[in-house]
Amino acid sequence: MKVKQLFNRRNLLSAAVSAGLMLGASAANAEGKLSIYHWFEYIPQELLDKFSAEYDVEVTMDTFDSNESMLASLKAGKMGSYDVSVPGDYMVEIMRNDGMLDSFESSELSNFANIEDQWLDVGFDPGRKHSIPYQWGSTSFSVNRDVFDGDIRTTSLLFDPPEELAGKINMLDSQGEVMALASIHLGIPQCSTDRGELESLFELLKAAKPKWASFNSDGAKDVLVSGDAAVGMIWNGFGAKARAEGANIEYSYPAEGYVVWMDNVVLLKDAPNRDNALKFMNFLLEPENIAAVTNFAQYTAGVKGVSDLLDAELKASPEANPPADAPAGTFVQVCDEATQVFYDKIWTALKK
Amino acid sequence: MAGIAPNNSGVDGAAFSGLKNRLLLPSWLTIGVLLVIPVLLMLVYSFLTKEFRGGVVWEFSIAAYDQFFLDRGLFGDEPVKIEWTYINIFIRSIVQAGLATFFCLLIGFPTAYYIATRPPSTRAFWLFMVTVPYWVNLLIRTVSMKFLIRDSGPLNQWLLQLGVISEPIHLINTNVAVQLGLFYSYLPFMVLPIYAAVERFDFALVEAAHDLYADRMTTLRRVLIPAVKPGIIAGCILVFVPSLGAFLAPDLLGGAKNFMIGSLIEEQFKGSAGNWPFGAAASMILLSLVLVVLMFYARNEARSRS
Amino acid sequence: MSAAGERIKSYPGFGLLAATCLVLLYAPLLVVMVYSFNDSPSITRWGGFSLTWYVDVFTGVEAGKFKVAAWNSITIALMATVASTLIATSAAIGMTRSGQWRGKSASFALINLPIMVPEIVTAVATLIFFSAIGFKTGYLSILLAHIVFCIPFAYLPIAARLQGVSSSYEEAAIDLYASRWQAFRFVLLPILLPGIISGALLAFIVSLDDFLITNFVKGAGVETLPTAIFGAVKQGIKPNIMAISTLMLLVSILFVTVSWWIGRIGEKADAPVSE
Repeated sequence: MKVKQLFNRRNLLSAAVSAGLMLGASAANAEGKLSIYHWFEYIPQELLDKFSAEYDVEVTMDTFDSNESMLASLKAGKMGSYDVSVPGDYMVEIMRNDGMLDSFESSELSNFANIEDQWLDVGFDPGRKHSIPYQWGSTSFSVNRDVFDGDIRTTSLLFDPPEELAGKINMLDSQGEVMALASIHLGIPQCSTDRGELESLFELLKAAKPKWASFNSDGAKDVLVSGDAAVGMIWNGFGAKARAEGANIEYSYPAEGYVVWMDNVVLLKDAPNRDNALKFMNFLLEPENIAAVTNFAQYTAGVKGVSDLLDAELKASPEANPPADAPAGTFVQVCDEATQVFYDKIWTALKK
Repeated sequence: MAGIAPNNSGVDGAAFSGLKNRLLLPSWLTIGVLLVIPVLLMLVYSFLTKEFRGGVVWEFSIAAYDQFFLDRGLFGDEPVKIEWTYINIFIRSIVQAGLATFFCLLIGFPTAYYIATRPPSTRAFWLFMVTVPYWVNLLIRTVSMKFLIRDSGPLNQWLLQLGVISEPIHLINTNVAVQLGLFYSYLPFMVLPIYAAVERFDFALVEAAHDLYADRMTTLRRVLIPAVKPGIIAGCILVFVPSLGAFLAPDLLGGAKNFMIGSLIEEQFKGSAGNWPFGAAASMILLSLVLVVLMFYARNEARSRS
Repeated sequence: MSAAGERIKSYPGFGLLAATCLVLLYAPLLVVMVYSFNDSPSITRWGGFSLTWYVDVFTGVEAGKFKVAAWNSITIALMATVASTLIATSAAIGMTRSGQWRGKSASFALINLPIMVPEIVTAVATLIFFSAIGFKTGYLSILLAHIVFCIPFAYLPIAARLQGVSSSYEEAAIDLYASRWQAFRFVLLPILLPGIISGALLAFIVSLDDFLITNFVKGAGVETLPTAIFGAVKQGIKPNIMAISTLMLLVSILFVTVSWWIGRIGEKADAPVSE
């Protein structure tokens, strides 16, 4: 009987044993590893391969789609699994305050001096003890010009949209940025404790929500390219990529203001491979390497000597060059716990 | 199996019955440790305190259930009202799952019946065709549906080319799309148990009904459906229960306004919310709902057997 | 059956609905299959037939990621299948060869608990459990979770097969001074084999299929094919995803075919037993 031969004990056993051995083999070479927790679509695979080959390190990478979900996942038992992560400015501050970051000496990174002066002594990480710059950019929105040809330089398109755009808006699933942009729209401070201001913020978002089609960060580019959304809250570089993929869209620098941010590579506490993490951070301070990231993600690096290595198209891109009359962008602020509770409540109510 | 010697189940098992406990122990242990204890632990977690920005503190609290059922206003000082947000998500999920069950039955019953009444040669072909999607990865099937119905997708393109519509039908991110996804995901689950029931059905009964001048519809209603009812109920449960807690269809096909229980729970653990006690509480409420449905089924089963 | 009987057996429109059912079941899959051969980076515009995306699956920038994920999926499914089938076979013999006893229906409910509890609840409970006992999530946590939910899928076909077979065969063997092991190995096992194989196949495909539970309990840097595909799809449906989907579709069809073929052999193997 053929089936019997197929399934006899010895075959089953050897299959199980060989599967087990292969498993053991991959677990055995634990030295030379680097475990990265990164944003989705934010680093070219070729660059990871290059690092891997140069330092003989096996790189694994998981991705997240918002600062908040990254924090939640790390707090839910993933600390000690990853070596480095890439939080935005305000999240670096939160993680630093919570003791989730390891520190290093500037002498441990031979390329430390490559950091641009303006990004050296930053508020969220004074003296750069835990982080290095990765990319910086802005958060606003892009508008499909086939659908809407009016003035796009106003945050009203997101929070108080005209009828023709209702139901065609995608928001980023990113609490910090949505709340900050809504506060900018209303002209109120970000960590307001004023009851009236918080209520008007809540009312604004409750009224806007029925006009939003979706909360989607990882699909923010795709919904614009496919035409599923006519207005999409988006990061400037991601918006540039959507345009490059054929969407007839324009990125807005609203007159009310917009969010700016800097993402940073941080050294996580209890990193299983601290040495490789530092090698990786040093690697990313090399102009040539970080320029590859910038050309891929279309944001701006915080490292000296990058501009000569950038694609001409990127240098001239409307997403990367705010119009002269655009106001300065605003960073997301970190609120204290008592205040944050209200913002969390508003966000929770909004997401349902 | 007509040729098999009669099963003397009364004096059954002299060979292995002494080993009963040892034979059952591995399954009891595995499922007990890795499912029963976890579910109990989840019950405990639903009564713990949420830590600021994710994580739990081991302190008793009913905050999770409070948040689920009661609305105390943004500042917590308003008169307490019933919080409809989450109850509505549950109602929406029950309605969506109910509709999916209804549509699956509507298409699944005739299909199962049709297959079961084919001659054996073509029956095998039909059965094979219905079984294949059942084995195809659910994620891939949901993604296929998403691709098919998107605004610029093949369905709209063809309908536009054929001149059936002048503007793309907007389906993605609507409740209709979620319904379509649920229906599509679980349709095979409806067909197979009904098929099994119809196949066992003795069609001499239909002939008898016909001889007694019952028309087709009466025969269907009074003879066939009561006889295959266990299969229908099994099919309905197999569609309803997974639809109720579905995650992929609402997540990939629905948008911000089509939240179902599965997405609500997922958001508490994998998303930005990071509220484990609340997620555990919502899971407990879902589990209780499903247990009620299953107990109803078990009682019905016991009654029809006696 | 008489011709009239044949006629009243059929209901007008049922054939049409059955055909509709097949169209509904296959249309999305066929569309993805066709578009996986599309020679255009824009997924919705047809640019001619090509195998570009299949080449991309195996050699593109993401090839490494998908290869590792596929490898994880297959090894986890294999090990979960072996473990759950062993546990389920043992449980099925224990349940069907032990007469009536107190707690038997509770034991039945316990063994089938994994298919009664909604998947999302199992996912949450398992994640909480691993986190509470400080078990680091990773490859092993996925494997353990898969073993649990595979048990009932393996159990049901094996128990069904056992119920259809009288215990007199193994009792006869014992009467003829066979040891219990011999009675199992040389009498019961050969009869059970078709049930065990269909149980194992079902367990394997269910493990390979799982997304939700895996997504909850997977650890840093460990992906299975469904979680990797989900991650990619969240950013938009790319042609290479369609190619992977088509390949997985073919694997599923292969499995159904194998399981049918084994079912046939099982029926044939019954013949001498029934005489």
